[in-house]
Amino acid sequence: MALNLVVKIHPVVLFQIVDAYERRNADSHRVIGTLLGTSDKGVVEVTNCFCVPHKEHADQVEAELNYAMDVYELNRRVNSSENIVGWWATGNEVTNHSSVIHEYYARECREPVHVTLDTSLAGSRMGLRGYVCVPLGVPRGKQGCMFTPIDVSLTCYEPEVVGLQLCQKTMGPNGRPRQVQPALDLAQVADAAAQLSGLLDQVLQYVEEVLSGRASGHAAAGRALLELAQSLPSLGAHSFADAFASSVKDLLMVVTLAQLIKTQLQLNEKLTLLTSQ
Amino acid sequence: MANRAAASRRVPENEAAITYVQCDGLAVMKIVKHCHEESCSNMEVAQGALLGLVVENRLEITNCFPFPKHDDTMDEEEYQLDMMRRLRRVNVDHFHVGWYQSADVGNFLSQSLLESQYHYQTSIEESVVVIYDTKKSARGFLTLKAYRLTPQAIAMYKDGDYTPDALRNLKIGYESLFIEVPIVIRNSPLTNIMMSELTEMIPEEEGSKFLDLGTASVLEGQLRSLMERVDELNQEAIKFNRYQQLVVRQQQDKHRWLLKRAQENSARAAKDEPPLPEEDVNKLFKPHPVPPRLNPMIVAGQINTYSQHISQFCSQSLAKLYLTQALQNAKEAKQSN
Repeated sequence: MALNLVVKIHPVVLFQIVDAYERRNADSHRVIGTLLGTSDKGVVEVTNCFCVPHKEHADQVEAELNYAMDVYELNRRVNSSENIVGWWATGNEVTNHSSVIHEYYARECREPVHVTLDTSLAGSRMGLRGYVCVPLGVPRGKQGCMFTPIDVSLTCYEPEVVGLQLCQKTMGPNGRPRQVQPALDLAQVADAAAQLSGLLDQVLQYVEEVLSGRASGHAAAGRALLELAQSLPSLGAHSFADAFASSVKDLLMVVTLAQLIKTQLQLNEKLTLLTSQ
Repeated sequence: MANRAAASRRVPENEAAITYVQCDGLAVMKIVKHCHEESCSNMEVAQGALLGLVVENRLEITNCFPFPKHDDTMDEEEYQLDMMRRLRRVNVDHFHVGWYQSADVGNFLSQSLLESQYHYQTSIEESVVVIYDTKKSARGFLTLKAYRLTPQAIAMYKDGDYTPDALRNLKIGYESLFIEVPIVIRNSPLTNIMMSELTEMIPEEEGSKFLDLGTASVLEGQLRSLMERVDELNQEAIKFNRYQQLVVRQQQDKHRWLLKRAQENSARAAKDEPPLPEEDVNKLFKPHPVPPRLNPMIVAGQINTYSQHISQFCSQSLAKLYLTQALQNAKEAKQSN
C-alpha cells in the first residue's frame, strides 16, 4: 500500500465538484462522482471528473454504476489517456457508506484515491482532503480498512492559471460576487503594473519600519530583498538604451503596417459597395 | 427547459435578442483544459458543445463538453445525444446553446465555420460560437470571444450565391459577417469560496507569463501568417481582375459581331438576298462564370483579425518595454547618487 501517494488536482475538477453539489437533487446531502486522470510512480494527477447519481439510505447505498461506466466510455472517446483513479465526495467526513463505494472503485482501478471537498463549510473553510484505504486488523481475525489522509496539492497547466486568475476577479471587494470580462491585453498589463507598484509600496513600508526600529528584521526577508535588488539585469546604460530603442522601433513599424493593411481593406470594401449603382 | 426555450423564442425575429453572453467559470475552465490538451497533442482544432439557457437578453453558458475528434467509426449525433442525456441525469442544463472552437491567433474564419454556425443558428435561434485563442492564452492573456452570424450573412448563405452583385445587394462585406457578443464571466458564491481556498495553494510566481518581454518569435509567426493571407488575397484579386478583363473583351467582341451582322444584312438587302438568319448572340458568346467572392471575403476577414491582434500585441509589448525603462532609469538614478 503506497502510503506515500501524492494527489495533484487540477482546478477544473474542483469547479465541477462545486457545480455538481449546487445542482444536486433536493433530497441528497452528498454528491459523489468519479475522478479521472493518470497515475504514475506514486503521483496521481487528477485532470477530470464527473458526477454519478446516487442515493444513500440508512444502511445501504445505491449508485448508478452503469451510468458511471457509460460516461467514462464517452469521455475516453475524447481523451483516451484519462483513466479512473478514484472517486470524490462532498462533505467533511468519511462515512460508512464511503467504504462500500470505495470497494467498488477498488475493482475499477488499482489504488483508488478518495477526495473530499467540504462544501458544507464546517470550520468556516472548504477543506480539500485526500485519502487512501489501507487494510488493517489482526491477521486471521477481524479485518477492516481505514481511510488514511494523504497529501493533496494543486497543479495547473499554464493556461489554466491564467483562466483561474481571470475567474478570481469575480470575487468582489465585499465578498459579493460580480461579473468580470476577459480584459484587453493593455488593460491587463496596466493592472499588473498597478499590482507591482502596490507590492513595492508594501516592501518599502516594511523596510522603513525595520530601519526605524519599529519592527524587528527577519533574516529570510532580508535575503529575499537582496535577491530582489540583484535581480534587475545589469545592462550598461548605453546597451539598454540601444536594445530598448530597437525594440520600440520594431514594434511601432509593425503597428503601422498592420493599421495600413486594415485601412486598405476597409477602403476596398467601401469602394466596392459604392459602385452599387 | 423546453418551455422556457420556446418562450424566449417568441421574441419575433429580433436579432438583438442576445446582448451579452454570461459564462460560468466552470465552462471557461473546461474549455481551457480541453483546448490546451488538444493543442499539445496535435494541431487540429478542438471543438465542443456549449450548454446553458437563455434568460431575457443574455445567453448563459453553464456547462460544456468536448467533441471527440472526427472519426468515421462513431456517430457524432449519437455521442452528443448520449452525453446530453447523461448530463441531464445530474441536473445539468441540457439546452444546446452553441459550440466552441479553439483557434490560432483568432484565425477561425473559414467556410466550414460559416457553415456550422449557419446550421446552428437556423436550428437554434440564439446560438453563438465561442472562439478560444490557444496561443494567446498560453502567453498569458485569456482570450474568449463569442460570435454570431449577422442576418445578412444568414441570407447570403441561404442563397448560396456569392457573385459580386448578390453581395452588393445584401450590402455585406467581410466586416459584417459576424458580430461579436461581449462575454462576462460569473461564478456562484460557493465557487468563489472554493477559489479563495485555491489562491492559497497556487504559488505566487505562476501566472506572470504575460509580463514576458520577448516579442520576436511571436511577431515573426504572426507576420508570416499575415503575409500568407495577403498573398492569398492578392491571388483572388488577380483572378477577379482577369475575369473583368474577359468580360470587357467579350462585350467588345459582341459589339463587333453585331455590327458586322448589321453590315452584312444591309449588303444583302441591297443585293435583294434574304438576310442571314438571326442567331442568338448569347449562344455564340457564352458569358464567363463569375468568380465567387466568398473566399476573398473570408481571407479579408482573417487579415483584419490578424492586424487587430498584431496591433494589440504591439501595444502591450510597448507598455512592458516602457515599464522596464522606468525600472532601469530608477536603478541608474540610484547608482549615480
